[in-house]
Amino acid sequence: MNAPAYNFAYLDEQTKRMIRRAILKAIAIPGYQVPFASREMPMPYGWGTGGVQVTAAILGPEDVLKVIDQGSDDTTNAISIRKFFAKTAGVATTTATDEATVIQTRHRIPETALHENQVLVYQVPIPEPLRFLEPRETETRRMHALAEYGLMHVKLYEDIARFGHIATAYAYPVKVNARYVMDPSPTPKFDNPKMDNCAALQLFGAGREKRIYAIPPYTKVVSLDFEDHPFEPYRFNAPCALCGAENSYLDEIVTDDKGGRMFVCSDTDYCEGRQAAGHHGSLSAAPYKEKAGSHG
Amino acid sequence: MAELDTLESDQPLLVAESLSKSFGRIAACREVSFALYPGEVLAIVGESGSGKSTLLQMLSGQLTPSAGRVSYRMRDGVARDLTTLGEAERRFLFRTDWGYVHQDPAQGLRMAVSAGANVGERLMAVGWNHYGRIRDTASDWLMRVEIDVARIDDAPRTYSGGMRQRLQIARNLVTEPRLVFMDEPTGGLDVSVQARLLDLLRSLVAELHLAVIIVTHDLAVARLLSHRVMVMKGGRVIETGLTDQVLDDPREPYTQLLVSSILPP
Repeated sequence: MNAPAYNFAYLDEQTKRMIRRAILKAIAIPGYQVPFASREMPMPYGWGTGGVQVTAAILGPEDVLKVIDQGSDDTTNAISIRKFFAKTAGVATTTATDEATVIQTRHRIPETALHENQVLVYQVPIPEPLRFLEPRETETRRMHALAEYGLMHVKLYEDIARFGHIATAYAYPVKVNARYVMDPSPTPKFDNPKMDNCAALQLFGAGREKRIYAIPPYTKVVSLDFEDHPFEPYRFNAPCALCGAENSYLDEIVTDDKGGRMFVCSDTDYCEGRQAAGHHGSLSAAPYKEKAGSHG
Repeated sequence: MAELDTLESDQPLLVAESLSKSFGRIAACREVSFALYPGEVLAIVGESGSGKSTLLQMLSGQLTPSAGRVSYRMRDGVARDLTTLGEAERRFLFRTDWGYVHQDPAQGLRMAVSAGANVGERLMAVGWNHYGRIRDTASDWLMRVEIDVARIDDAPRTYSGGMRQRLQIARNLVTEPRLVFMDEPTGGLDVSVQARLLDLLRSLVAELHLAVIIVTHDLAVARLLSHRVMVMKGGRVIETGLTDQVLDDPREPYTQLLVSSILPP
């Protein structure tokens, strides 16, 4: 009862070969959704089954893995996937963006600029950017094949007609390498500019929808927009309450039931790094105190 | 310029040569030939099952004929066989130079997006990238088809049947096509709404110098809109000619029957 029950990184080698072939094709055709024979993983759909399969296929014993969920290294999803690979592959794990060679992410791109020896693996729920406008898969595939993307602008038009500005705040459609329109997974549009000309390889895995797509390093990624309503990354206008950062993407955290809230970096590693380097926010110095009686 | 125009209209826009289509043993359409000139309105009339819709689908390249061919003179003046067009070219033609008005507006419209986006979709599909200009053009077209511009942001599912049909027409005409296919455009509308729609269509057709192929079983529609009529029965064209000639002086017994079955006003 001491033989390891799993192959390295959980998946068997044949499956990994299949996934790697899909990844290679995806890299060869930037932004194109390559179908692959997605496997059942020991986790529910929607928890990153696509990302996990891509990570399992590219992981080597020398790799250092980082997993983030909404920018954070310490949420359930991030911790369980990190532990999963620590157990099934025995690879080193880290929370530091700089040290990682493979970063699996859900809904964020790290604030620290990525470098050439890194791979960013996205978990994707719905890979088809045209899906909510055109329900037929046969039709959306044809539209991709013929580069008929007028419909994507219909969505942006609707946003402006309804809200006065492009209200799409996440999963903001991009055009990759001047050819395929791609859903960048539900990352905030704040992160879209980071995808453009990125030094790292970006891989996208959708487990339930059985699709893999990719952005090779240094590829042009343009967010769609109108001439008179240009793309604008959105950021809540406040410094991080813990590290004072003015240029990071913020999470709103509700602190009590009286309307109290604070804004902190969603990228925990970035925030901690800044605090360690001596940066302070408005709330970072105040230790928690039980308050007796009324205040304010 | 006037000379050029006459030269232009000297050549047919669309030519059908002995088009046939059979589904298994059923011959839906047999040996249909005609030529359509720019600015001309051709009505195809006949009872249900006479092959009208099959013919329309073949003419618009949605159905491959079993025999015969359709050629269309593109904007550059070159006549092309529709079956030799690639899918990309055919779809481009459908977004720009052609229009297709369905009987059921729900088929031709996106019911969940606003009227403005419905009209603007074709413009965005050909690369318009300026929200303000798209919207101005859309409201201009809503005005032309007599829809209250204040309803530009409403989805067509909140529209009445007549408004939906007018919106579908605006959506098709926004790229200034040269040829519009219409499949029973007034079907399912009540009489007063029909009259208003026909009136609108007639003025738009004249104003934009549109060529139209309209399929209808309603002879009143044919009489009001079309210059020429083709009568179909059992997949064959049994009579063709100027509208007033065919409807006032029908030669074939079947046409006589069709004309006589209209109730006198």
